Amino acid sequence: MSEMPKIRIRGLCKSFGAKSVLDGVDLDVQPRSSLVVIGGSGSGKSVLLKCILGLIEPDRGSIEIDGQDVLPLPRAARAEVRARIGMLFQNGALFDSLPVWENVAFGLLARRAIARPQARLRAIAILAQVGLADTVADLSPAELSGGMQKRVGLARAIAAQPDMLFFDEPTTGLDPIMGAVIDGLIVDCVRRLGSTAIAITHDMASASRIADQVAMLHKGRIVWSGPPTALMDSGNPLVDQFTHGRRDGPIQMELRR
Amino acid sequence: MSALLDALAALGRGLLGMCRATGALALFAAAGLSHLFRPPFYGRMLARAFVEIGYFSLPVVALTAVFTGMVLALQSSTGLSRFSAETAMPSLVVLSITRELGPVLAGLMVAGRVGAAMAAEIGTMRVTDQIDALTTLSTEPMKYLVAPRLLAGIIALPLLVLVGDILGVAGGFLIATVKLDFNAATYLANTVNYLQTMDVVSGLAKASVFGFLIALLGCFHGYNSRGGAQGVGAATTAAVVSASILILAFDYGLTEIFFAR
Repeated sequence: MSEMPKIRIRGLCKSFGAKSVLDGVDLDVQPRSSLVVIGGSGSGKSVLLKCILGLIEPDRGSIEIDGQDVLPLPRAARAEVRARIGMLFQNGALFDSLPVWENVAFGLLARRAIARPQARLRAIAILAQVGLADTVADLSPAELSGGMQKRVGLARAIAAQPDMLFFDEPTTGLDPIMGAVIDGLIVDCVRRLGSTAIAITHDMASASRIADQVAMLHKGRIVWSGPPTALMDSGNPLVDQFTHGRRDGPIQMELRR
Repeated sequence: MSALLDALAALGRGLLGMCRATGALALFAAAGLSHLFRPPFYGRMLARAFVEIGYFSLPVVALTAVFTGMVLALQSSTGLSRFSAETAMPSLVVLSITRELGPVLAGLMVAGRVGAAMAAEIGTMRVTDQIDALTTLSTEPMKYLVAPRLLAGIIALPLLVLVGDILGVAGGFLIATVKLDFNAATYLANTVNYLQTMDVVSGLAKASVFGFLIALLGCFHGYNSRGGAQGVGAATTAAVVSASILILAFDYGLTEIFFAR
């Protein structure tokens, strides 16, 4: 008998005005596995993650975590579920007004789980896990390169040892080598924590490195899912066009001439 | 007929938009205020907001107050001399400053300096996902970002105005004694004798309301900004303009409450 999915999504719909962004998404993510969702810009990938996080309320559908539908939960219970998820935002979303160590320890301090002096030591230890020296702890996020900001964002996401990790375009804006470094760190963190991960990306190399399972979102629906080894030769014309970056095919970009 | 209907429809849309914005602002204010009374409390954020609104605004408020007092002394002396009523000048200066000019000018200066900074900071946090990041890190953004600024605005502006009142009167005193040959002791006696507690208290109460409005509108427009740098710029402008207008409107309303007979 197969294990119960850690995250199970059924019939998830979300529209903004007349524009339907998610149109009945069905998705299962197995415990301790990494799902990568691929899809074009505006296909609803970020909205999907934000719906699971509770940052956006979907119009219809269900999101089950450990078998419990989280959408009808009261605010406080929803916040408890959210506290079990670490999130790496696309641009890092580091707090400019705080030094790096306080960014990393923010969740721990917010939950009153730790005193400030211990939080700083803990943040430095977590920074070391993502390959950053203790000298960056007191810097401002604005003083860091893009790759270092992503690593600090990753450190912040794993600081509370969450059992779910979400990554929004983890390698966007990075050179290929730094992208590979971040992917390696993500895989290490997910394995070490035994977390269940969802990443969204356009980057096929990144998807192959991170994923145990890949799903493609197109026009608000999951149109294909399979192992990363099948990604470049899926037999699905939508996936083939996307992964090979072909201009012609069933995916038509809306260009105004 | 169709032109008339179009005009009415446009008017209706404008009114509905105004009602929607007013409702959204009222709900935002209620949510922000409710977080003042529910833990956890963010002392560091309150201290930071207090320094930003109060301490860093002190120079601009002080300069405004001093020059306002000086101009007021000069103008009222010229005007009152036409009726041989120059001796009323000290009381005119102190009443004008404590009741009206102190809170209103400090409010407008702080709206320009602090309201804009709040809208820009929170707006940038919104468009760079920092507010969403707060939510994912078990922190309620209204409690962390908005409530401390509201409280700091309510407390800091009266303190600034109190300092401004003293400096404004000092500015008037300076011009009166140095330039207009007033006797210093007589000037001070006239200032104190005609000043009532209510004159100062009403000005400080106005300042408290203005401080709340500045923080509220700075936070509201920043929190609801959309669309990158342009959206943040628009939020900043809206915060300053709306706070300035509401300061003047509330000033009239509060003056009616305090002094109308």
